[in-house]
Amino acid sequence: MDFRPTQEQQLIIETVRRYVREEIEPLEAGLDPDAGELDPADQARLVAMTKQMGFYGLDIPEEFGGPGLDTTTRALMAIEMSQHRAGLYNPCYGTFGGAGLAQLYEATDAQKERYLYPALRGEKKGCFALTEPSGGSDPARAIKTRAHQDGDEWIINGSKLYISGADKADFALVFARTGDDPGRNGVTAFIVDTDTPGFHVERVVHTLRSTHYATELSFTEMRVSHDSVLGEVNRGFAIANDRLSRQRIPYAAGCLGPAIKAQEMAVEWAKNREAFGSTLAEKQAVQWMIVDNEIDIRHARWCVLEAAQRADRGERFRTEAAMAKLVASEAAGRVVDRAMQIHGGIGMTKDLPLERWYRELRIRRVGEGPSEVQRLIMAREILGGSFK
Amino acid sequence: MSYRRTMVSARGISRPLQDLNAEAARALSAQLGVYEIVDDAGATVFIGQAGGLETFGLRSALEREAEASRGVRFRYEFTHAYRTRWQELLMLHHAIHGDVPVNNRDDTHLLGRLS
Repeated sequence: MDFRPTQEQQLIIETVRRYVREEIEPLEAGLDPDAGELDPADQARLVAMTKQMGFYGLDIPEEFGGPGLDTTTRALMAIEMSQHRAGLYNPCYGTFGGAGLAQLYEATDAQKERYLYPALRGEKKGCFALTEPSGGSDPARAIKTRAHQDGDEWIINGSKLYISGADKADFALVFARTGDDPGRNGVTAFIVDTDTPGFHVERVVHTLRSTHYATELSFTEMRVSHDSVLGEVNRGFAIANDRLSRQRIPYAAGCLGPAIKAQEMAVEWAKNREAFGSTLAEKQAVQWMIVDNEIDIRHARWCVLEAAQRADRGERFRTEAAMAKLVASEAAGRVVDRAMQIHGGIGMTKDLPLERWYRELRIRRVGEGPSEVQRLIMAREILGGSFK
Repeated sequence: MSYRRTMVSARGISRPLQDLNAEAARALSAQLGVYEIVDDAGATVFIGQAGGLETFGLRSALEREAEASRGVRFRYEFTHAYRTRWQELLMLHHAIHGDVPVNNRDDTHLLGRLS
């Protein structure tokens, strides 16, 4: 397997790397260490720049006006875009644009007109409301939110937890139980305007990621029309699951950026910092940490690129994507942890980005399916369907 | 007003208000956190955060507030989640009063809504 980037990919890598170092890092240096957004004027200037580069809306399919990148190129870009302080969860502060909610590409024409196209134009924001207080790792069985039909309308009651962006969203993709099946065959996806009576943002949920909060939602006798159903009734979980599988490769790739940057910092520090009469780099304990970092980074990179290349070849990549997500999220956490150890006291401070990456990477082992679920997915694939 | 409050389970700063002056600010710990400035009529006129760029955390931020004289009393809360807690307090204020404090009008683009 050849993981060397093509000439075109190498050019893209260098362009993004230069953009991060020349445009993002200088602005970030003046921001609060937990900042999650740029000054609006800087944001607008940089969005204009990425549009000119032809990279705006990276994840938008080509037929909807996106650049039409393959998964490998997208993963290589994610590795570069995340190499700054806010890069793990907010690569380049969103100046490469979003893709809206991927599920909306499967919507009806009327739904696309109302939600997808305005989202792609940046006029509307959506949020994805799947996880509930009853659980998130096994959403098909954990969903307790119920919708029942009343004539041409559906009435939804229930709650959702750890939902990002619901307080700023114009619409939400809400998953509710509509059938008797206690598992995946009784769930329907609804597109709900957030100003619908009965839609409540109950509270802000603070997490380790102190630059960004999640929210808790409740739905009380919330009435939506039948036109709000996305896809088929009782087949909504397939829509949710599609997103969960598809996201794993860029999600894994994004973990690599902070790890690479942390390793660069650790190497630089080890070469210059002296203790007990020699540099840290001359001490075997530190050398081994740096080597272990390199092994973790390369292992994770290979897993990410293998999954991406299989996806690009149209081959089955479920196991590889799960492996990439698991390996990259866990490896990056270890790399940043070792980099902090090498830095000593300053590694614990907000003077450096390490402490932010350390906190945020801990979430990556749970977000988009925890490590244990990734192992479960791989075990099912390896052992066969009877072990479901 | 009150019906909105019952629907929102977010909480404001629980620490009691105290007089805002240089001495009170100097007595504060230099930790990170959020704070609220109140005028002599009891209205909240500003909700601020003391983040990682403050030299001495809340102490620096409140010393500056004492000098600016935007209000007469203040309360504070230590937290490392100063950014999200600050946004939460502004959203809570908006949910209860229908607007953000008068000196936070430039921050509205960062806010969502509790409902």
